Amino acid sequence: MKTRSETSLTPARDAAPSEGLLSQPAALDVLFEQRSPAEAEPLEPVLEARAVTVRYGAAVAVSDVSLDVHRNRVTAFIGPSGCGKTTLLRTFNRMNDLVPGAVVSGRVAYHGVDVNGAGVDPIEVRRRIGMVFQRPNPFPKSVFDNVAFGLRLHGLKDDLSGRVEEALRRAALWDEVKDRLGKNALGLSGGQQQRLCIARALAVEPDLLLMDEPASALDPISTTRIEDLLRELRSQVTIVIVTHNMQQAARVADLTAFFSVEPTGGDEHERGGVLIEYGPTEQLFTRPADRRTEDYVTGRFG
Amino acid sequence: MARLPLPARRRSWPVRHPGDLAMHGIAGLAAAGTILVLVLLTVQVFRQARPAISRFGAAFVWSTDWNPVTNAFGARDLIWGTAVTSLAAVLAAVPLAVAAALFLTELAPARAAAPIRTLVELLAAIPSVVLGLWGILVLGPVLAQHVEPWLGSTLGFIPLFSGAPSPAGLLPACVILTIMVVPIVAAISREVFLTVPADLKDGAYALGATRWEVVRGVVLPHSAAGLTAAVILGLGRALGEAIAVTQVIGGTAAFHASLFGPADTLASRIASQYQGAVSDIQIASIAFLAAILLVFSLVANVGAGLVVGRLQRRRLGVR
Ligand SMILES: Nc1ncnc2c1ncn2[C@@H]1O[C@H](COP(=O)(O)OP(=O)(O)O)[C@@H](O)[C@H]1O
Ligand SMILES: [Mg+2]
Repeated sequence: MKTRSETSLTPARDAAPSEGLLSQPAALDVLFEQRSPAEAEPLEPVLEARAVTVRYGAAVAVSDVSLDVHRNRVTAFIGPSGCGKTTLLRTFNRMNDLVPGAVVSGRVAYHGVDVNGAGVDPIEVRRRIGMVFQRPNPFPKSVFDNVAFGLRLHGLKDDLSGRVEEALRRAALWDEVKDRLGKNALGLSGGQQQRLCIARALAVEPDLLLMDEPASALDPISTTRIEDLLRELRSQVTIVIVTHNMQQAARVADLTAFFSVEPTGGDEHERGGVLIEYGPTEQLFTRPADRRTEDYVTGRFG
Repeated sequence: MARLPLPARRRSWPVRHPGDLAMHGIAGLAAAGTILVLVLLTVQVFRQARPAISRFGAAFVWSTDWNPVTNAFGARDLIWGTAVTSLAAVLAAVPLAVAAALFLTELAPARAAAPIRTLVELLAAIPSVVLGLWGILVLGPVLAQHVEPWLGSTLGFIPLFSGAPSPAGLLPACVILTIMVVPIVAAISREVFLTVPADLKDGAYALGATRWEVVRGVVLPHSAAGLTAAVILGLGRALGEAIAVTQVIGGTAAFHASLFGPADTLASRIASQYQGAVSDIQIASIAFLAAILLVFSLVANVGAGLVVGRLQRRRLGVR
């Protein structure tokens, strides 16, 4: 029987990149228990966040978060609203650059490269790291043009219709839209729109896909379809999904990180989002190491 | 007997509550009042113009005379002057104004945007008579001495830029109108750009779009309807501006392709001759000019309404 602290995926605060989970083999067994041996590839970090802090003006939204995102795994971020899940997610593809007043410190390494480093083009980062938003946000264009948008941006114009079809198939949307590719995307249902947004992101072949509560605006059936889709996509792309729905995290995520709003620094009034616990989903839900995680996952929170 | 309203009744007049009733009443009155004023105004203008309409008929529109002594009146040269100055002003102002609005909403940091926005708005606050005076004293002479000779020597093969330079004429009127149209179009375009959902822009940025690609791929298409409305309002301003144009255009009815020579517009002719009109038929002819101007503006606005509606529906995916 392992102790709880041994199975934490949270790297030490001052750990250098690449020294995350791989240096803690004890955690692996727990994860592999849930998976067939064929799926049990070793964990390999795609993205390493170290001591990431994000401020909006004087307010701290994310405080000193360090964690690794692993290849071909679904990682869920859970926690109460306002604990900085969205903000942290947006540091991964530098979307916070666009928010006036947002200041990011710490290091986010993507395949070992600091995404905020000198000479790194945020455009390139965002092309490699896709994003799906909370509310479906298809462009007011045709279904085809939505999926082709990123392809055209990046000059991937050969076999455009083949690539569009491929992306729509991967997003499990092709059969529903193949006869209406020329129709405005706003005519699709909410769930179809969200899968279109997933297809749009997949079309440019990111190897990391960030999803911010992608099903929170959808009905239960559409939600189920998105969750099924995530399980299929897992083998092709690494996924980080923010969700406020713990059952969803339990259903789709291999690894789960729990965040909470806690006092940061000396002043009791200064509070910000803190990573409380990160580990294999099953462990986090059944044997949480931290009292606060336990309260949250058992519904005793707040 | 209490009964739930049948589905069919849901489509009936929805007012139930006193507050709603008052609001509908006030809004309805305001709308009806606006239409009433417009109708009365149109009727009045046409009534005033009736002697000229019955005497000259449709020929007024293409007749070139304007002679209070012989009582021969026609509008062709004025329509020409109005068309040239308004279209040139809109063509020059729209790219400038849209670029300024894009800069303010998409590019400029907030600290720079606020003062620039104020400056553009101040441009709209300059009384047109002051702008006209500047046109007489500064703009006209500068254009005649420096710009027109240069244009004539380099682009003189185009009829628009042929002819002798002159301090009063179409070109200063075009420039003055451009200055007047820019702030209107810029202010409305800015409002239109601000309505582009941040969601959509984020969606494009997240795909690795640059700022310009977001503008071209998301902001401009989303704003097409609003920008059309902005252009038409700018055109309306240019069509109707009288004072400043009167000051710089020279006041001579003339039909020439050159931007350099003196000319006149419908609005400017109305403003400059109504007071000094010597005969009833001249007053009626001036009212006829007003009627033509009114028809132009109404056609432009109704046309814009149709275009805006179509673009709006296309954006929302309904046909
Ligand atoms: N653009 C912004 N400007 C200022 N404060 C923000 C902004 N976005 C989020 N915040 C604040 O940062 C904190 C974290 O927000 P967020 O990342 O959206 O949390 P979550 O996604 O977990 O609900 C909240 O206190 C929120 O009010
Ligand atoms: Mg959020």
